[in-house]
Amino acid sequence: MTAADVTSDSNLAALRPPASNAGFSHRSRSRALRNHLARVVMWLAFLIALVPLVWILWSVVTKGGALLLNSTWWTNSQRGITNRMVGGGAAHAIEGTLIEALATAVMAVPVGVMTAIYLVEYGRGRLANIVSFTVDILTGIPSIVAALFIYAVWVTTFGFQRVGFAVCLALVLLMIPVIVRSTEEMLKLVHNDLREASYALGVPKWKTIARVVVPTAFSGIITGILLGLARIMGETAPLLILGPYTKDIATDIFGGLVPTLPTMINQDRTEVLQPAVDRVWGAAMTLILIILLLNIAGRLVSRLGAPKT
Amino acid sequence: MPNITGVSAVDKLSGPERHGPPQGARASTGRLGDRIFSGTARGAGILVIAIVTLVGVFLLSQAIPALAKDKVNFLTSTQWNVDATPLQFGIANLLWVTVLSSALAMVVAVPLGIGVALFITQYAPRWLRGPAASLVDLLAAVPSIVYGLWGLQVLGTHMDGIQGFLIKIFGWLPLFQDAGVAAASTILTVAVVLAIMVLPIVTALSREVFAQTPTTNMEAALALGATRWEMIRTAVLPFGKPGVISASMLGLGRALGETVAVTVILSALAGSAPWSWSMFNGGETFASKIANNAAEFDSPQKAGAFMAAGLVLFGLTFIVNAVARAVINRRKAFVE
Repeated sequence: MTAADVTSDSNLAALRPPASNAGFSHRSRSRALRNHLARVVMWLAFLIALVPLVWILWSVVTKGGALLLNSTWWTNSQRGITNRMVGGGAAHAIEGTLIEALATAVMAVPVGVMTAIYLVEYGRGRLANIVSFTVDILTGIPSIVAALFIYAVWVTTFGFQRVGFAVCLALVLLMIPVIVRSTEEMLKLVHNDLREASYALGVPKWKTIARVVVPTAFSGIITGILLGLARIMGETAPLLILGPYTKDIATDIFGGLVPTLPTMINQDRTEVLQPAVDRVWGAAMTLILIILLLNIAGRLVSRLGAPKT
Repeated sequence: MPNITGVSAVDKLSGPERHGPPQGARASTGRLGDRIFSGTARGAGILVIAIVTLVGVFLLSQAIPALAKDKVNFLTSTQWNVDATPLQFGIANLLWVTVLSSALAMVVAVPLGIGVALFITQYAPRWLRGPAASLVDLLAAVPSIVYGLWGLQVLGTHMDGIQGFLIKIFGWLPLFQDAGVAAASTILTVAVVLAIMVLPIVTALSREVFAQTPTTNMEAALALGATRWEMIRTAVLPFGKPGVISASMLGLGRALGETVAVTVILSALAGSAPWSWSMFNGGETFASKIANNAAEFDSPQKAGAFMAAGLVLFGLTFIVNAVARAVINRRKAFVE
């Protein structure tokens, strides 16, 4: 932020010579006007960017907030509830979303963290460049393509059914790059002095990484995992292709039916009957709430335990 | 700190080959623990390469049989009859809708994103910088299905006026012709929602690059008597240009592949609908076509047709992301 210091107004006046004829013409009214205009435009850009955020949150809270205050929302499923009926809850979908996320994390975190360790601690030359490049490609892969790929492997090639586990596999593809990139950043922040001190004490390299480098960057890695979870929980495309929705509680990820919050929204999004519409927005509100909590938790973790450098 | 959008300039600017930790080659003495650990790390890296390769290979291998049976030109046909016995499918419609919606989104998102990034790095009072950045990042935390829901049911109800206004003024252009689709479900509405979705991506990366402008460059401009805006134009923007291009490409990649928001908002047209250039038309993008027909993958042949569409989408995003990386890498060399 030191670069920004020079731009504060008081410094600006101090820095500007009283009369300059090199590079820029004399300060004319049009230049001052343009300068002023630019400031207004930048402020406007920021305010415009806030409009959709406030508007979306407002819509979701006013349309779906009321349902969440009811305790049955958190404890009941939609079993036996038709579109005309008020009631039921999102417990099945919340549970399903959490299970999917957890199962995905169990697979994606080790691969992601080890890949980051490879890139920072071991990777040199061609292979490391290719790994880094493919992580970038994976970052940009559309979720629908990841889902199609898993469909091609899981259903078409192996002949299995569409199940929750297949959804997890697709989500793994989307979560790995988030974890690799954030872990990589954190590992790079670990001071080399720590590594050198460890080597000097005769600690082998793998132990240095496992006992010195990773623990130092631990909170940052946790933050990355939480942000990765936040990213995949809102994904819907893999669920559309690989995870059939059910109104009932279904906790078996190999059981075929996968109730989740995104598919709960998707299921009734074209409904016009008020109870169903309310539940759609209620599910949207719940989903945003969970993702926001994960984000806040991620930020808190990274703030509380910033790398001890 | 890792940011919420998942993209970051930091890791791209200081690659492991430059500021990496010491190799500790002596420390790694080929002991069993070292061999296992480095082997696992390398294996994870190779697994990532394998996954990306397999995505291409699997999509290709399943698309080829369907493409071989395709009786119309895959690239130029507007037909999509995967139920017909002589298989007929082409992507002209999908490509147009995908490109048009993403391009319109970028027209809105890139200038706005640059503006917001400049605001956060150059104009905002110090106390506002952190919170402002977090607020914009928050846009990336909203799930795409909620964007879709909001775009259709809330934003969409306000699009009539804008659409009517644009048709009245520019209606003589093919791009602005009235196509008779409800204003809530047009390509334009999709583009607005996509713009909001990619805004945090464009902003986050631009912001990081702008913040790295060398202080000496900025001070030099100010010392020559530049106003703040002139300083930004002569020091900050030229320095940040590759970063902004890269950010835009990453945003574009995201917009091209966005599935659910598009599926929810855009009204899918009947197969017999006439071709239209209009942004007030409905239609389907690659991603929404696949999502809309997820239940129809029952035969390998049908699935193959959709795999072919997915493959094109994968190719598009691959190219866009590769270009984004190439641009930022060139800048890296420049900074050194």
